[in-house]
Amino acid sequence: MSNIVSKVKKNPFAGFTFSKLLTEGRAFIALAVIIVVFAYLSPNYLNLSNVIVMTRHVGLNALLAIGMLLVILTAGIDLSVGSTVGLSGVLAGFMLMQGIQIPGTQTVLYPSVWVIVVLCLLAGALVGLLNGILITRFKVAPFITTLGTLYVVRGTALLIAKGETFNDMTGKPELGNTGFSVLGLGKFLGLPTGVWVMIAVALLTAVLLTKTVFGRWLYALGGNERAAELSGVPIKRVKIWVYTLSGICAAATGLIIASELTAGAPQTGQSYELNAIAAVVIGGAALSGGRGHIRGTLLGAFVIGFLGDGLVIVGVSSFWQMVIQGAVIILAVALDEAQQVSKKKQKLAKAASDK
Amino acid sequence: MSKPDVVLRAKKVRKEYGLTVALNDVDFDLVRGKVTTLFGENGAGKSTLMKILAGIERPTSGSLELDGTDISFTNSTHAKSHGISIIHQELSLAPNLTVRDNMFLGSEIRATGGRVNYAAENEKVREIMKRLQHNIGPDELVGDLRLGQQQIVEIARALASDARILIMDEPTSALSNVEIEILFTVIEDLKSHGVSIIYISHHLEEALHVADYIYVLRDSNMIATDEAKNVDLPGIVRMMIGREGVGSTATDQKTDQVVLEIRNLTIADPSNPARLAIDNFSLKVHAGEIVCLYGQMGAGRTELLETIAGRLDQVSGEILLNGRDISALNIGNRIKAGVALVPEDRQRDGLVQLLSVGHNISLSSVGDFVKRFIMRTTPEIISIEKKIQDVRVKTSSHKSLITSLSGGNQQKVVIGKVLLTSPKAIILDEPTRGIDVGAKAEIFQLLTEQAKHGLAVLFATSEISEAMSAANRIVVLSKGHISAEMDPKKVSQSDVMAAADEKTNKQRIGAGA
Repeated sequence: MSNIVSKVKKNPFAGFTFSKLLTEGRAFIALAVIIVVFAYLSPNYLNLSNVIVMTRHVGLNALLAIGMLLVILTAGIDLSVGSTVGLSGVLAGFMLMQGIQIPGTQTVLYPSVWVIVVLCLLAGALVGLLNGILITRFKVAPFITTLGTLYVVRGTALLIAKGETFNDMTGKPELGNTGFSVLGLGKFLGLPTGVWVMIAVALLTAVLLTKTVFGRWLYALGGNERAAELSGVPIKRVKIWVYTLSGICAAATGLIIASELTAGAPQTGQSYELNAIAAVVIGGAALSGGRGHIRGTLLGAFVIGFLGDGLVIVGVSSFWQMVIQGAVIILAVALDEAQQVSKKKQKLAKAASDK
Repeated sequence: MSKPDVVLRAKKVRKEYGLTVALNDVDFDLVRGKVTTLFGENGAGKSTLMKILAGIERPTSGSLELDGTDISFTNSTHAKSHGISIIHQELSLAPNLTVRDNMFLGSEIRATGGRVNYAAENEKVREIMKRLQHNIGPDELVGDLRLGQQQIVEIARALASDARILIMDEPTSALSNVEIEILFTVIEDLKSHGVSIIYISHHLEEALHVADYIYVLRDSNMIATDEAKNVDLPGIVRMMIGREGVGSTATDQKTDQVVLEIRNLTIADPSNPARLAIDNFSLKVHAGEIVCLYGQMGAGRTELLETIAGRLDQVSGEILLNGRDISALNIGNRIKAGVALVPEDRQRDGLVQLLSVGHNISLSSVGDFVKRFIMRTTPEIISIEKKIQDVRVKTSSHKSLITSLSGGNQQKVVIGKVLLTSPKAIILDEPTRGIDVGAKAEIFQLLTEQAKHGLAVLFATSEISEAMSAANRIVVLSKGHISAEMDPKKVSQSDVMAAADEKTNKQRIGAGA
């Protein structure tokens, strides 16, 4: 065996190299570079208040991206989340402002805020459930399914709102439905509620992915669906759950946005799905499934958020913003490919030296 | 022996894949205008050698010589330009294209202005099909053709390229006997036109019949070469497996307790639902018994095993495990009930390549380590470590990536995964496909050990030596039926092979036996 081993090239610095640092901590380094550059360009960039504002923006995308990560781990995609954001805000506005009329009577019910939140999350779950059933039972490809529901859900939101925006969603004390704005404008220990929601969801999902059977199934299913199925993984059930959770994340995002603005607009959330996908991909997940984690996805969301807000602060034109953001996404994924190749080489060299 | 006219020669060709040596300094001569047959078991290195000769793979060391001058192929197109064509074991046709488009893919006949000259192509297709005595039109979609017809298209494609060296890797696996006869007359015709042919087939008799020269590969080494008229079939089998036809190594620990029982099972062919893959099949496997399902490709082995595991649906019949009908259960519940499959294609169906060795082993039983929704890693790792020892996986750690292991160790991981579910019956489809001889022996030793503890084992194979040495009982499958049940201690290899052969079966049925 020794003659074979000697033929495998050994990297003398296999333990720790600059290129390894660059690729391993790719999203982290990107974030550091962004912070340093913008802090240099604008003295206000690193103000505590600005950082909190930026983190609030990040939180919204991160919430979507966490749901998207689950979907992408199964080698799927969920294009409908942006529309679900819009639907969720509109539903909240509708229930808060117009109430629910009991069919056949003149009675109008005004649900309290927590009921509204639960119902909106349920609506998001239903959209996800629909996606999941179409994908697993009717075998429609995830891209097509969620492209379809992207339109259907957006249309539904516009129908419910009749194309208008629900403004001034503060509720009335005499109806007992005040307090909706807490979700977006409330603060706890100096951080907005939305950021706390992001932290909580991220922690829960991290536990889900690393500590539960569901998480193990998710990675196995994304890694090799046929092998997972033959090993007894209930792949249909796992997929349906994944899309349902993504729908719930999207609905939560919609609620927070509507609460921040105290308005529910049916157009809210357009193209948000693409930001979420970008965050997941920058965070090191593979669209082919089975690879990715929460830490990376959060970093990805921070990269996108801090870059976007930074460009606004230093006054780069919105056209250039798009060009730069697109370039960053491509650069991140190109680096990821390089990382996979070098990892494989290292593994091979290690396997050779083990024998 | 007069010095034969060698057209293609391989000199000390060596091929390594990572740490595995697939070819160990092999010499090979191809004589002009003759058929040279290459014999060898699965994994002996036949396909690797053919890929090197056809320019698909490049040797790690050694060289090739074409018409007496050294040559090094950069890719298969380069080899093709020198008149070397290969008919692949796995069909490599595009099902969405027509017969014509497939036959001329990459070497289209051009008209002026870069357009494709369809008329000339069609003409040539018809001419070749006539030669092959097949009535397949140039505009038919390959996806609409039967498997046998697709194989004809594959052969026709090689003929269309005017090859002077033709490599046929299992060209008859999907052909009927009549089609095989036609292929043989085509081969004679090609020989008379000076075409040199390398022929590989699992049908040993057929391969010897058509051969002028023979080579035998065993465990990556070239064991022997001779003129075909100097050798006989038993001699070749001996050289292939490296020993006299071995007696059974399986100890008899069979009990009377039926674990797995299949009653009147009928399964439709998943690729062609109008055809039956398995027709009214019944079998009992007892605790402690190792039953071998022996049959050729297309006999229905894989369909049968996948139906027992729950991936395919049956048309009718019952599958009983310890007397309980499990045919309504899904795969996961069948595993829980106690029957699990080690699939034929390890990479496609057996392993999750992105997961570690340990997580692959525990994949089927992760649910057992849960306490209040959270997985407990300590008991999981203890179980994994124990299984790694039990099935003797050679790995530096349970955290190693599964792809870093050799084929034999990967297969042990798949078996370990199945054993961790504490099955009552284990079914294995070609459990030794593509792994080296040492690992093969270890795997069967492992199965024998497990059978001693009361496990019922059912494995399918197309390798006669495995059927003879590892099983307590051989069930021969032919065209979806059981054609014979034999005790490997009381019969010879040729008896078993004859029972699996469709041709002899037909004769037997025809004679009213």
